[in-house]
Amino acid sequence: MSVLVYINSNSGIAKSAMEAVTYGKKLGGEVTVVTTGSADDTALSALGEYGASKIMVDRSVTSEDPQQITSIIASAAETTGATTVVFSHDLTAKAVAPRLSVRMKAGLVSGAIDIPQGDTIKVNVFSGKAMGLVKVASEKRIISLLPNSLQPETGGDKCSVEEFNGNAGDARIKVLDTKKPEGDIPLPEAELVVSAGRGLKGPENWGMVEALAVELGAATACSRPVADIGWRPHHEHVGQTGVAIRPNLYIAAGISGAIQHLAGVNGSKVIVVINTDEEAPFFKAADYGIVGDAFEVIPRLTEALKKFKASN
Amino acid sequence: MKILVCISKSPDTTSKIAFTDGNSKFDENGVQYIVNPYDEWYALVRALELKEAGGGSVTICTVGSATDDAVIRKALAIGADDAVRIDCEPTDAFYTAMQIAEYAKANDYTLVLTGKETINYNGSQVGGMIAEAMDLPFISLATKLDVAGSTATAEAEVAGGIQICEVELPAVISCAKGMAEQRIPNMRGIMAARTKPLNVVAAADIQALTTFESYELPDAKSACKMIDPENMDELVSLLHTEAKVI
Repeated sequence: MSVLVYINSNSGIAKSAMEAVTYGKKLGGEVTVVTTGSADDTALSALGEYGASKIMVDRSVTSEDPQQITSIIASAAETTGATTVVFSHDLTAKAVAPRLSVRMKAGLVSGAIDIPQGDTIKVNVFSGKAMGLVKVASEKRIISLLPNSLQPETGGDKCSVEEFNGNAGDARIKVLDTKKPEGDIPLPEAELVVSAGRGLKGPENWGMVEALAVELGAATACSRPVADIGWRPHHEHVGQTGVAIRPNLYIAAGISGAIQHLAGVNGSKVIVVINTDEEAPFFKAADYGIVGDAFEVIPRLTEALKKFKASN
Repeated sequence: MKILVCISKSPDTTSKIAFTDGNSKFDENGVQYIVNPYDEWYALVRALELKEAGGGSVTICTVGSATDDAVIRKALAIGADDAVRIDCEPTDAFYTAMQIAEYAKANDYTLVLTGKETINYNGSQVGGMIAEAMDLPFISLATKLDVAGSTATAEAEVAGGIQICEVELPAVISCAKGMAEQRIPNMRGIMAARTKPLNVVAAADIQALTTFESYELPDAKSACKMIDPENMDELVSLLHTEAKVI
């Protein structure tokens, strides 16, 4: 079996890319990476350490045009004879994988959280409230892996990087401008997340949340009411109708834990809840709970982390 | 401008999720269905705003059986002109998208809008699949959308930020938060929705590419360990030695 892994290297090689290559390797068979973007050969060849045996790079496309990227991946799949294409379930995959599914007549498994078991693949459904086992009926398949579902594994050697002409065709989406995001760490990929809700009483009180996030190296998030009233930007809203995340650590302060919020975060490996109300439903979903005032607990936690880092 | 808004039904956001038939089917017992929030709040409302500003029509499209008509009426109550239901069970995203693409090809829409994903299957698949089947450009996860003449301008979430882009219509666009504000239907809208045209069309012959074999619920969390709010050193130590996340 031959596996093709697509990686967008426009903003460097993300950890989710290493996860996708590791996943491809676990499927068995030879793993080829096809990439569009600007990463240099040295960065790309390091993907060999995660199990890639070859990198095919088409540098003709630097934008995010899904039709061009689809064409490049489809020609790479034809060249390598790959029957499985793996994506990290990121923004590019959401734009490209469905097109590729139709182009290749390959069943698309979105949001995979594990390697295949028999002929089924486990995915997150109902916004994280349940998992489903998907079977692909077609001969070819596309798997889009949720970030942070498995750890990258090394063991291989650097591999060769070859220029590839994937016949991208013309772009039909004209890019006028790109605005950089405000946070340094994109929320869906963050391993550590600090989140706060209405319990913080106003946007002016987010300084302590940001200070804790900086100390941890975490991304910041918020509950829906906070995004709706404009205290925080929409892209920080996690929950059923916002971003679904599955970080290693989710710290929630001043969020009661409504079912809609839990849906977006209960894939988190460890949940810490800080709330003044000991009856808050979030404690039922938490691993560690602190009944206390966020205004006192958060700065105390930040200090404790500083002390911990200094002594380690 | 003719706008087609693709909607899906989804369980009310407060629904408890359970399964029946050996965990192979979603348990609909006691579940209230709503219009998938992304389809309603963003795609449908923005379509209505574009129509109010520039004229044209807004048609709701869903793939489903007669039991879904109640959900379609909810969408009509918010303000669409008419609806079409493609009469079959939507077995997977590919099947659903191909049904919509077949219908849309024959009916000349300028803009096909979807929500960014459904809250039941979270696949983000249907929009891109419709676009590929119709050979149209697809803007994924748009947070802003304007139309001037035959050009649409959108802001969309891409790797590395927000992209401001332009596309020649027709096009398919999936809509995310920021696109529009939720509208609550008023009594007049609800009354009018009862008599708006709901056309039922026959399904095309399409083979699904995937099936959901079974479902699982996440393991119940073990009891939450309570920590003294005065003692954050203990929390840090537990996160390091017990949970091993820092």
